[in-house]
Amino acid sequence: MFGYYLELALRSLRRSPGLTALMVLTIGFGVAASMTTYSVFRAVSGDPMPWKSSKLFVPQIDMWGPSGRASDGEPPDAMDYTDAMKLMRDHRAKLQSAMYEISPSVVPADAGKHPIHVSGHAVYSEFFPMLDVPFKFGSSWSADDDAQRAAVAVISSKLSQKLFGDANSVGKTVNVEGKDYRVVGVLNEWNPQPRFYDVVNNGGGFSTDFEDVFLPFQTAVQASIRNDGNTDCNATPAESGFLGLQHSSCTWIAYMAELDDAAAVTTYRQYLDGYAHDQQQAGRFGWAPNNRLRNLPQWLDYKHVVPSDTKVALLVALGLLIACLVNTAGLLLAKFLRRSGEIGVRRALGAPRLAIYTQFLTEAGMIGLAGGALGLLLTGMGVASVSWVLPRDIASLARVDFSLLVLTLLVSVMATTLAGLYPTYRAACVQPAWQLKSN
Amino acid sequence: MQIKPILAAMRHHRAGTLLIALQIALTLAIVCNALFIIQQRMTRVSRPSGVDESNLFVVENYWADQSSPQRIDAQMRADLLALRQLGSVQDVAPANSFPLHGSGWDNFVKTTPDQIRSTLDSAIYFADDHTLATLGVRLIAGRNFTSSEVGSQTPPDPMLASEVIISKALAKVTFPQGSALGQTIYVSGGNRPSTVIGVTDTLQAHTVASWMNNYAYNAVLLPARLLTDRTFYLVRARPGQLDAAMRDAPKTLYAQSRMRIINRKDGVLSFAQVRKAAYGRDLGMAILMGIVSMVLLAITAAGIVGLTSFWVGQRRKQIGIRRALGATRHDILSYFLTENLLIGISGVVIGAVLALGINLWMVTQFEMARLSLAYVAIGVVALLLLGQGAVLAPAMRASNVPPVEATRSV
Repeated sequence: MFGYYLELALRSLRRSPGLTALMVLTIGFGVAASMTTYSVFRAVSGDPMPWKSSKLFVPQIDMWGPSGRASDGEPPDAMDYTDAMKLMRDHRAKLQSAMYEISPSVVPADAGKHPIHVSGHAVYSEFFPMLDVPFKFGSSWSADDDAQRAAVAVISSKLSQKLFGDANSVGKTVNVEGKDYRVVGVLNEWNPQPRFYDVVNNGGGFSTDFEDVFLPFQTAVQASIRNDGNTDCNATPAESGFLGLQHSSCTWIAYMAELDDAAAVTTYRQYLDGYAHDQQQAGRFGWAPNNRLRNLPQWLDYKHVVPSDTKVALLVALGLLIACLVNTAGLLLAKFLRRSGEIGVRRALGAPRLAIYTQFLTEAGMIGLAGGALGLLLTGMGVASVSWVLPRDIASLARVDFSLLVLTLLVSVMATTLAGLYPTYRAACVQPAWQLKSN
Repeated sequence: MQIKPILAAMRHHRAGTLLIALQIALTLAIVCNALFIIQQRMTRVSRPSGVDESNLFVVENYWADQSSPQRIDAQMRADLLALRQLGSVQDVAPANSFPLHGSGWDNFVKTTPDQIRSTLDSAIYFADDHTLATLGVRLIAGRNFTSSEVGSQTPPDPMLASEVIISKALAKVTFPQGSALGQTIYVSGGNRPSTVIGVTDTLQAHTVASWMNNYAYNAVLLPARLLTDRTFYLVRARPGQLDAAMRDAPKTLYAQSRMRIINRKDGVLSFAQVRKAAYGRDLGMAILMGIVSMVLLAITAAGIVGLTSFWVGQRRKQIGIRRALGATRHDILSYFLTENLLIGISGVVIGAVLALGINLWMVTQFEMARLSLAYVAIGVVALLLLGQGAVLAPAMRASNVPPVEATRSV
């Protein structure tokens, strides 16, 4: 029976090619516009670590007090050196790392080559297991290396290739800012978007450039590798230079901690408040504790990492899709009711209402399928040309993959069937007697 | 033209009428908001930076070895001298940041030393005596820095700025009553006073990000070379020699010293490229909204053509009867035009309400301004015209239905 309906639908669609083409085009464009903007939205709003993000927390400590708070009473986004180091020493979370952005120059061993400028982070060893950073060769440095300020480094496979002509450079020496570091690990293509572990310093959180170098935090501090990220000061540092920054209340350090269950979160929260309370007692803070502990999704939301433009664009595209559906519904209505005579005959010959429903929804579904096929093509073109419209850091993230293809077809068929519901209902309401009489 | 019979006929195809009206409403709502977004973005994009952007380019220079501030300072002076001697170069200035760059240094500015709450933000540009000439920014009052006033500074040290030049906008908010010249302001975050020795014409801050919107044209120029791992050289090429100067500058710098990194890909950028990068998202959004609007209008027009054609086909017999009873072609034509106009008007009324509603909602959700009624008015007129245009072809076909149609049975 279904085969018969397909044949009927095909025949009907062929009878008025103009109207059919119009509907297919409408659906195709509507679906493609929504899917293209959705692909961008999906790319920027995705959870960078869905399996773990709810266990990763960003603590904020109010070390500036009322004068330094945002208008909504929020404490600073980053930490000063004093607090970050205290939290690292206390080591109350399962895994944790303070970090700051660095952009040192790397001098190739081959004297003929130019120095290159790379970006990266100074982190603690727990950074790597905490964020499930994939290693291609070697591994992270140890907690001992952290404590002893060992001259070790983890580099990207791209940098390894560039410097040594070999992806595996474990054990070799890399010269960063004039000092030698032993490579202990080489990363396997790791460039999460958004760069969630340090969105404060990343100006929006998206970057097309890979991070090439990771150094132990204290090693980098000792070597005076300066902070390349944001530095926010509530008061001018009393001393000069990088050392002055460390002794100041300026914030420049990002912090992340892994807390595996609700109890751990509660305990950590109490610990933070206790710390702030102690600081208040000691006279360093002249205000009551005002800390925050957000998990990663909450943090990204709080920092508005998803550009509002992408949301607006998605909404507008969804509006376009709805308008397209209304349009299709109107055209289907016209098309179906034109065939009232045919429906009357079928009904008079004994076809139940259900048969009419099946027949016309099949036809609507076929238009949806054709529209979806066109939509796929247009979505492909749309995603490919997104880079022409949007900046590279965002555009390069939008991708066509299998799930997007399936979704495009699904949305198209579902939407068209939905649009066909009312016209089909009207078709099923056709009175056979009336139709037969009038002819 | 009588409206009553049209209304009576509409009652017979209520669903189709409603769908067209609904579509016109949705189209109006979306297109109004899209046009408004386009206009907002284009206004943003076309804001002046205050900089004479032609013939200007920027070299981003990283110091390769962990140089001492003293060595960086010496090298910077040598670089500046060498660049100024180039035939293709008119002037050069060192910079920590510049308008439209995106990142940089901003400080709260105070007019009294004991002000506690920070209320007024401003970009901080480190400058020397060549900066204004290089940027092509005019002084509207006071004087430029002299070369002896220009010092050097290593962050985050307290800023030594006994003399500063401020932008027109900043002068206006800090000293609304009178001239800012000779007045004292506090720009270092501490209690160090600075005397305003000059006021520039329009000069944009370093970032166009939304958090800076209220302070977009606030800038303070401090007479110092900032000694950090990265130095920008702002270079003004001689007229017509931009390409040559952009090629010459990095070569000259490498000839000075190899211990530096000028990124091959984006180390040397013309100001046109800087502007494009700064406003890339805004332009992209405007283009996207433009495409959506065009597609939507086209689809709506096509939908009206489709549905009216169907109605014309359905009513051939009635049209024939009317023609046989003495209706002219013009009567038939105007019947369909009026019908469309009536549907269109009901659609745009709903659409206007919808457009304003959507906008109000977006104002609460996103950083967006209130939709001006002019856009709704433009949208209403445009959609009514679009409807009339779309209905014209099927209506003409209807008016060509011969009276003899009345005698034919289907």
